[in-house]
This record gives sequence, structure tokens and C-alpha cells, in this order.
Amino acid sequence: MQIHDHPALKAEARNLSFYYGEAQALKGINMPIYDKKVTALIGPSGCGKSTYLRSFNRMHDLYPGNRYEGEIRFFPDNTNLLSSDVDPIEVRMRVGMVFQKPNPFPKTIYENVAYGLRVRGEKNKRVLDDKVEQALKDGAIWGEVKDRLGELAPNLSGGQQQRLCIARALATDPELLLFDEPTSALDPIATGAIEELVHELKKRVTILIVTHNMQQAARVSDYTAYMYLGEMIEFGKTDQIFIKPNDKRTEDYITGRMG
Amino acid sequence: MNENSHLSSQFDQDLSRLRSNVLQMGGLVETQISAAIDAYSKGEVATVKQIVETDRKVNDLEKAIDDDCAHLIAMRQPAASDLRLVFGISKIVTDLERAGDEAKKIAKGVRRIYEAGQMPAQYGIGVRHIAEAALVMLRQALDAFARLDAELAVKVIQADVDVDTEFKSIMRQLITHMMEDPRTITTSIDIIWIARAVERIGDHAKNVAEHVVFIVEGRDIRHPGKEKQA
Repeated sequence: MQIHDHPALKAEARNLSFYYGEAQALKGINMPIYDKKVTALIGPSGCGKSTYLRSFNRMHDLYPGNRYEGEIRFFPDNTNLLSSDVDPIEVRMRVGMVFQKPNPFPKTIYENVAYGLRVRGEKNKRVLDDKVEQALKDGAIWGEVKDRLGELAPNLSGGQQQRLCIARALATDPELLLFDEPTSALDPIATGAIEELVHELKKRVTILIVTHNMQQAARVSDYTAYMYLGEMIEFGKTDQIFIKPNDKRTEDYITGRMG
Repeated sequence: MNENSHLSSQFDQDLSRLRSNVLQMGGLVETQISAAIDAYSKGEVATVKQIVETDRKVNDLEKAIDDDCAHLIAMRQPAASDLRLVFGISKIVTDLERAGDEAKKIAKGVRRIYEAGQMPAQYGIGVRHIAEAALVMLRQALDAFARLDAELAVKVIQADVDVDTEFKSIMRQLITHMMEDPRTITTSIDIIWIARAVERIGDHAKNVAEHVVFIVEGRDIRHPGKEKQA
């Protein structure tokens, strides 16, 4: 595979290791994240893929004793996201996250989306209205909620809540969106809607997604990384990984020969 | 190829049954072809009917194997080497079925020639020789599939050139005959059809070998000119 085949870099992990106290969860990961592409992380439970994903928005900083080594370079400005000079709040403005279980705030639908904008200091009602509408449209949920923006978000269905959370993440115009098993709590129809949305979103934002569903990784991603025991075993174009993986361990995992 | 077993032993069993069905089908096609060659060289018109009947079995197997492939894809969503195997098998059976059709064409041609009572002995040798070469190609292609042996498959692919060359030389020879003695035209044309069918069997064997290389190595080596450009 030649370097010039690939699109521009959005981010790059460079020799990234991570420790939960004494326990090393990530071991020297080097991996590119390409701009406006979907990259899927696959691997068995406990392989470190969620740990890796969460490093991108400094979520581990919330707990004492956690420690990073190495860098995550973020482009075009070439910032090291993990540097102690970089404010995690600033990182999270640029790197949004959607979790496994939909977690809307116990507020109205409108307020859920407006929240991040308010935190950013936006007070103008008209600007807020416009941005909330746009984010809900981008989250492919506007049609379903436009007449009930004042209702409480937790009353929505699971799939709607998840799309609301995506809309909320999009409201602040992130450059990178992290998905941590975003559909594992949803039925196939709601899953399909989210996957379709991911496909739309990559026109404007880079996406990194952790999934246990390998067919999902094959369906939604452009690149796939296989992780095992804290190491990045193989990274490549998704169709290459699923048709002709280079590493025996990747092959065993995706063909169901583990264990 | 991956020799480890799956977490699901049922999946392993399904795959190995699929492979043995392909080999069974391949065996039937081989028998068909060698019976057709025998019929040609010995004038055994009686075996023609049997060859046509075997063809029905081959067709049924093709459908059954394709159906199994579709089921496996739907139920198991195979990936990587498993995907290549299932996908490759589905293509291999198409080529095997067509090779069987060619054997049937040979048999029918033989019947026409011998029933007209016009088999000049000197024509026989060239066609029998090329037919045996094509049969060896098919046998080796099936061996390569059974053992997932890409090296052997590549040899089969290379052998196709010889069969093609020999086919052209038979053509020239028959054209000469026809020019010299127009009374041989009917028989000569039947023999050309037979030689053509044999040459196609070689092509199908080559295709099977190409699918084997894809299954084993994940490389699509068909139409090499285009690959170079890409």
C-alpha cells in the first residue's frame, strides 16, 4: 500500500501507551486517522479499543492515576491532544463523543442540543434556534422532533435518543466524532438509521468508531484497525481487512476462530 | 489458508461439506470428459447417453452447491479466508458445470460422426492428445483446490497456453484436409466442434485454477493485462 493513496491525516497516534495506575492498557500504538473518513476499531473485549478511543478526548483525565505516554497529533494545527498544556475542555470542543447507551440530559430536546452552545457562550436566541435546528437535521431526527422540542429528551425512543446525542455532539461543530459502540443498545432498524447517518456525516467530520459488530465495521468504515491485548495488530482499508487480512491474528478474529 | 477451527463447529462442518461437494462434482465432470474422450477414440456411441445423464447430476450439484453458498453467506457472514472460499466455490462450480456441458457437446459430436460412419482414423490422434492435456489440467485444478495449493494452480494456468496452441494446429490441419477433399467437410466440422469443446474445457480448468489462487492468496489474477494498468 502506498502512502499517497491515502487522504490527509486528521489525527495520528504516535507510540501511544496508556496506564490505568500500574496496568498497561495500550502498548505503543501507532495509527493514522484519515480526514473525513470512518475508521473502525475492532477487537475482543478488553483489547483496549475503548481506552484508545477515549484518549482522543482526554476522558481518562477525569480519574487520578491514569497516565498517557506518547502523543496523539491532531491536524491541521499539529497539536498534541495529550499535552498537559492543552486544555481537555478545548479538546472536547473539537472532539465529540457518542456513547454506547444513549445519555441525553434530563432536559428538553431543545436544551440538550443547545447546551454545548450555551457553554460556549452563545446567548442569542435566534442563533441558538438556527443551530439547534441544523444540528437536529444533521442528526437525522429533526422531522421526528420539530413539533415537540419542549418535551423531555428521555421520553424519546432509544434510537431517537441516540440520534439526539449525535445531534448534541454535532452542535458544537466538532472535527472528530468518537462513537463507542453506538448501536449496541439499539434494534436493527434504529441501527440502520445510525449507520446511514454515519455515512452522511463523514462528508464533514472525521469519525472513529468502536464496534463489536464486525459486519457493522465492514458496512460503515473506510479503514479498520484490529486491536488485541492493548496492541494495534493490523490497520488497513476495510475491504482489505475483511477480504485478505495480512496478520493471522486478524484473520482468526474476523473469521470467528479466536480462542 | 486457515486450518484453525471456528468457535462454531457447525460452521466448520458446513464449510467442509461444501468443499467435499465441490470435489464430488469435479469428479463427476472428470468422468464425463474421460468417457467422452473414450467415446471419441473408440467410437463407443453407447456411452453417449450415459454422459448426457451424468450431466443432469452435475447440473443438480451445481444448483445445490450454489444454494449452500447462499445459505452460508446469509447465516454465517463469512469473512476473509472463509469469504474467499465460499465466493471462489460459487465461481468454481459454474466453470465445472460448463466443462461438463462441453463434455456433453463432445459426446453428441461423436454420435453424429460415428452414426454417419465417417471417422477417418488419422484425425483421431491430435484431438485425443489435446483432450488428455485438458483433462490433466482439470484434474490438477481440482487437486489444487482440494489441497489449497496455489503453486499447482499457477502451473495449470500456464498449461492452458499449450492446449490453445495445439487447438490452433488441429484447426490448420483440418482446414488442409477440407481443401484437399471437400467430402470430408461435414466430419471435419464436427471434429472442429469437438476440438473447440476440448479447448474450452482447458479454459474452464484454467478458470478453476484462478479461483483457487484467489481463495488461497486473495489475489485476482484474471485478465493480467488489466491488473498491470491498475
